[in-house]
Amino acid sequence: MNERGGAIIEAQSLKKVYGDTTAVDGIDFKVKPGVVTGFLGPNGAGKSTTMRMILGLDLPTSGTVTVGGHRYQSEVWPLHEVGALLDARAVHPGRSAYNHLHSLAVANGIARARVDEVLEQVGLTSVVRKRAGGFSLGMFQRLGIAAALLGDPGTLLFDEPVNGLDPEGIIWIRALIRSLAAAGRTVLVSSHLMSEMALTADHLLVIGRGRMIADMPMSELIARHSGERVEVRSADPQWMAADLRAAGAQVTLEPDGMLGVTGLDSRKIGELAAERGHVLYQLRDVTASLEEAYFRLTGESVEYRAAAPVAS
Amino acid sequence: MSAQAGAIRLDSRLRATARSEWIKFRSVRSGPFALVATALIVVVGAWLLGAGNRNSAAASPASQAAFDPVFTVLQGIELAQLFVGALGVITVTGEYSSGLIRGTFVATPQRAQVLAMKALVFAAVAWACCTALSFAAFFLGQSVLSPAKHVGIGDPGVLTAVLGGGLYLTFVGLLGLFIGVLVRRTPAALAALFGLLAVLPIALILFKGTIASQLGEYLPGNAGEQAFHLLPGGAYTLGRWPGLGVLAAYVAAAAVAAFTLIRRRDA
Repeated sequence: MNERGGAIIEAQSLKKVYGDTTAVDGIDFKVKPGVVTGFLGPNGAGKSTTMRMILGLDLPTSGTVTVGGHRYQSEVWPLHEVGALLDARAVHPGRSAYNHLHSLAVANGIARARVDEVLEQVGLTSVVRKRAGGFSLGMFQRLGIAAALLGDPGTLLFDEPVNGLDPEGIIWIRALIRSLAAAGRTVLVSSHLMSEMALTADHLLVIGRGRMIADMPMSELIARHSGERVEVRSADPQWMAADLRAAGAQVTLEPDGMLGVTGLDSRKIGELAAERGHVLYQLRDVTASLEEAYFRLTGESVEYRAAAPVAS
Repeated sequence: MSAQAGAIRLDSRLRATARSEWIKFRSVRSGPFALVATALIVVVGAWLLGAGNRNSAAASPASQAAFDPVFTVLQGIELAQLFVGALGVITVTGEYSSGLIRGTFVATPQRAQVLAMKALVFAAVAWACCTALSFAAFFLGQSVLSPAKHVGIGDPGVLTAVLGGGLYLTFVGLLGLFIGVLVRRTPAALAALFGLLAVLPIALILFKGTIASQLGEYLPGNAGEQAFHLLPGGAYTLGRWPGLGVLAAYVAAAAVAAFTLIRRRDA
């Protein structure tokens, strides 16, 4: 991937209200070049709305969002600056992949040869003349990525890029996203899957119900949500629990005799056990998974939630 | 930036948008399909209508004087307008229903320019095809009519009436295109256009009376079709250019609304 510096995407008090629904509720963020920024949140949290506002498709109710200091609408040849994958299926079903890309290229003065180049890059060369109506979701996704790459832009937006891709395609898109950022581009990738973000993103913006819940490096998120709980197995769980409580820890006793301890780290627990003569079978830090961290962050802000199953 | 450089930039931007719209227009089947249907109706219609009116030679002098040999053979346009109008509609609604309109606006955020070039490309293609068809229908129709009252292209008022047929279809197509922008969904836009062109005139006939017939004269279809009448048509007295002007006013009103909304609305 050739070196290409990206622009900073910056939102200030960005807000979007549709009727009586507030989709995005006054968020601020900065997306910087050279790293993959993950835009994470449950479905309906406001990710796509924010992306549409960045691209000038939806007009903010209030606040501003700029790419490289300008509103997107003021760009004359925007595909050279910004590439975007929004809804990959947004292709006329009767038009071929080639003509679809050709019409976009021509609109921005991009050479015809570049169309062939990106089609080869995404692996669609064999179906370029076929009508897009017969494409699988994975093929649409590749076509959408080809469209985003068309102008060799410094800034890229991908809305749920792995949707519908087969395992090979998923690995390919992850590598592509990482290489785009490594070459100095600005890359914003949205997903509702924490596991996907954990594999690609360096920095995370977590959004829930239109509000920014977290804006931090991935490493910080991991550090903040790990090592909170320690599991202890000992010869006399009751006695151990009493000693731990006396030392100021919160202790839960599981039916199988395992102790779940919070408020005291494993080192302190080990020292206490030696001092008091406890026999320890197991002492283990339980790292909260990123999924758990994500649920904790967004737990209050899930828009649509299934009711708990009712026993009949 | 100097004004000259700005003008050059705008010019190349407009040309890029127009070329992009042309590629989109020619790369789907709806265009050729609608235009072939239009051709069949207008040309075959001219032949059938000419043959059906041949015996007007034997009619009374009065009815022979009222016989309009140009409108008679071009009447197929009244059916074909549904295809040209529908093509105008889906040129726009096809982009909205597939979601492609977002891709279009991401590539060209100058929305008014996109709409202007879309309308220009459509109007150029529709006008060229429909004018050619109008001439073909006229010559075929007159040759079939020939034992009866018929006219030549050089006779007074004939050339403009034949040109009027092509202009009428182009305006109907543009009306469909701008209604498509306003309504965005294909079925609703088609219903609005066909209601205006085909249903309202019939509804007004049911309400007999002076007010209804005066209103009827100003409906886009009734007014506009005066353009390809050689003689003042039936109950309507607007005449050729005022009639086409009324249709053009409907197109202009829809265009003003479309240009206003396309810039304000979320895509």
